[in-house]
Amino acid sequence: MDMIVCIKQIPDPETPASAFKVDEAAKKVIPAQGTQPVVSPFDLQAAEAALRVKEQLGSGTIHVLSVGPAGAAQAIKQVLAMGADDGFLISGPGLDDPDAYATAQVIAAAAKKIGNVDAIFMGRQAADWDEGVVPMGVAELLGWPQVTVAKAVTAADGRLRVERVLQDGFETVEVITPAVVTISNELGDPRYPKLQQIMMAGRKPLAQWTAADLGLDAGQLQSRMELERLYVPVVESQVEVIEGESPAEMAANLARRLREARII
Amino acid sequence: MADAQGVLVVGEVADGNLTGLTTELLGAGRRLVEKAGGKVGCLLVGAAVSGVANDAIAYGADVVYVAEDGAFEPYAAEAWLPAAQEAAAKASPAAVLLGQTSIGRDLAPRLAFRLGVGVSMDTVAIEYDSKLHFTRAAYGGNARAQLAPKSLPAVATVKGKSQDPLEPDSGRGGTVEHIAARPAADQARVKVLGQEKAKVEGVRLEDADVVVTGGRGLGGPEGFQALEELAAVLGGAVGASRAACDLGWYPPSAQVGLTGVTVSPTLYVAVAVSGASQHMAGMSGSKNIVAINKDPEANMVKAARFAVVADFKQVLPSLIEELRKLRA
Ligand SMILES: Cc1cc2nc3c(=O)[nH]c(=O)nc-3n(C[C@H](O)[C@H](O)[C@H](O)COP(=O)(O)OP(=O)(O)OC[C@H]3O[C@@H](n4cnc5c(N)ncnc54)[C@H](O)[C@@H]3O)c2cc1C
Ligand SMILES: Cc1cc2nc3c(=O)[nH]c(=O)nc-3n(C[C@H](O)[C@H](O)[C@H](O)COP(=O)(O)OP(=O)(O)OC[C@H]3O[C@@H](n4cnc5c(N)ncnc54)[C@H](O)[C@@H]3O)c2cc1C
Repeated sequence: MDMIVCIKQIPDPETPASAFKVDEAAKKVIPAQGTQPVVSPFDLQAAEAALRVKEQLGSGTIHVLSVGPAGAAQAIKQVLAMGADDGFLISGPGLDDPDAYATAQVIAAAAKKIGNVDAIFMGRQAADWDEGVVPMGVAELLGWPQVTVAKAVTAADGRLRVERVLQDGFETVEVITPAVVTISNELGDPRYPKLQQIMMAGRKPLAQWTAADLGLDAGQLQSRMELERLYVPVVESQVEVIEGESPAEMAANLARRLREARII
Repeated sequence: MADAQGVLVVGEVADGNLTGLTTELLGAGRRLVEKAGGKVGCLLVGAAVSGVANDAIAYGADVVYVAEDGAFEPYAAEAWLPAAQEAAAKASPAAVLLGQTSIGRDLAPRLAFRLGVGVSMDTVAIEYDSKLHFTRAAYGGNARAQLAPKSLPAVATVKGKSQDPLEPDSGRGGTVEHIAARPAADQARVKVLGQEKAKVEGVRLEDADVVVTGGRGLGGPEGFQALEELAAVLGGAVGASRAACDLGWYPPSAQVGLTGVTVSPTLYVAVAVSGASQHMAGMSGSKNIVAINKDPEANMVKAARFAVVADFKQVLPSLIEELRKLRA
């Protein structure tokens, strides 16, 4: 089975709120000092899901693909070290700040150019913009079925069997390939590459493409939404820390304050 | 669609009733058309949905589009899309609203791409002056982004509890139209083999007026027993942080936050939860937050109305006892 894993390099999503800043005029996030960009966590889990399918089948190819700045090559190498076979970095004119629409166009065109792809694994949502839009866009543009928010994927007779996480439980589906599958954190931790794998990753092929290489023109990369404002909401702390000589006394005081405030 | 006007709500029905979020979407739709003109349409898709068409009208719909067929269930994007497309063509709306639910998350982006338009996910505010504006959280809840669609209809999913429903009015008038599209079951590329619904004992998390949530600081699944006891005394439901769910201490269906359930109870008690932005994204609308945390610097403590800074193990037994006394 030939698979593509799509990954996005993002500012560390665990950045504490206190270190998070936005340049409102430029409508951009100012990266917190001393933090390095990371692979969006769900995308590492997407890579893990693809690797498990490859191991289950004992054969297959995994391509890693990212649309982003030149620095995203680092992110691709991380997934190559996990065990993917080759990488594709798509950057250049028109791709500085692609929106979900443009990103999906690029990924769909790249999948066609790579050719013979049976499945595309993606994260349930990129942990920066948290939209969860690109995968369904890719599926629609390619005319493929989609299965979203998966916690387990196995191959069965040219199909994929996928366990999905629903808001109120779980669901098992079978999808005909080619298909797009998005992975959620319930899949479990992605593997850590060994030192030797990290060294070998540098020697795996990494192609660099532009939108023009994919036959996409500026018109196809136009965003569908206009970002009017990006800002940090103000939250003021008005906390009343409950006093007490002991935790038991604090508990009693809390219960009393809740009653006084007519909350209970 | 140059003459796009009004709002189309893609509703959801659970256990024979419109979901709460659907009524919230209808309320939002009503408020939008009061300013922008047009009608509120409501698409209902499923095996038996015509029975709630009148409820949709009572909650604000002018036209209910009914797509009724057993083959629509369980939900699959490719089955629902033609019905949604047909309703959008009939209604020619300026905005299509869905809930940020398992269905909305899956369907809305695909519908937007099929219609060739943009989509705003997990929207918390919808405004209209001369055009539409959607506000949504980004960066795990650390930022807010305001977006305007460049073409219509705009598709948006809306976060639960961010919009108020109208008081239902059974005297409201409205019409029902039938959608012809039917899923081609034999051509389905995605086949649902089985579903396993989480057992809900007592109140549902998203509807609960009191929510007691546990985090990684509980140290193990045992910690949740005390939380269940506390929730029982308060008549509430139990939630969990993602860290606690990932550790297998509580089921993912109880996860509160960006990628879990959104709650906005009167009282939210966060026990050993640090208050990461992605967690706050699912509960910051709570009217009163109580934090029980041993770290005075924890974000949840700062966000709370009342905080007890102590080891939860020493607080909970007394708290449960005191509350029992008060309630007796
Ligand atoms: C009007 C507007 C302006 C914006 N301006 C900016 C901006 O200035 N800067 C900015 O950084 N963002 C900007 N964004 C956000 C940008 O739209 C999103 O980053 C992009 O659309 C992808 O959406 P997402 O990150 O939420 O991906 P999702 O749809 O949540 O991603 C889901 C999955 O798709 C795959 N995927 C997503 N993106 C990529 C990628 N680039 N390469 C490979 N795989 C990918 C991954 O597997 C990912 O897990 C803007 C958005 C809008 C609407
Ligand atoms: C894209 C993305 C989506 C996410 N979605 C969600 C989501 O939907 N929901 C969610 O919850 N998280 C989500 N997360 C994870 C989130 O970033 C945090 O990692 C998570 O919420 C932390 O959970 P926690 O507060 O239980 O654990 P921790 O952050 O480890 O906090 C534990 C807390 O317990 C306190 N504590 C420890 N021992 C005790 C004790 N004995 N008594 C009292 N207090 C004690 C500590 O002081 C600390 O504050 C998401 C992350 C990403 C990147």
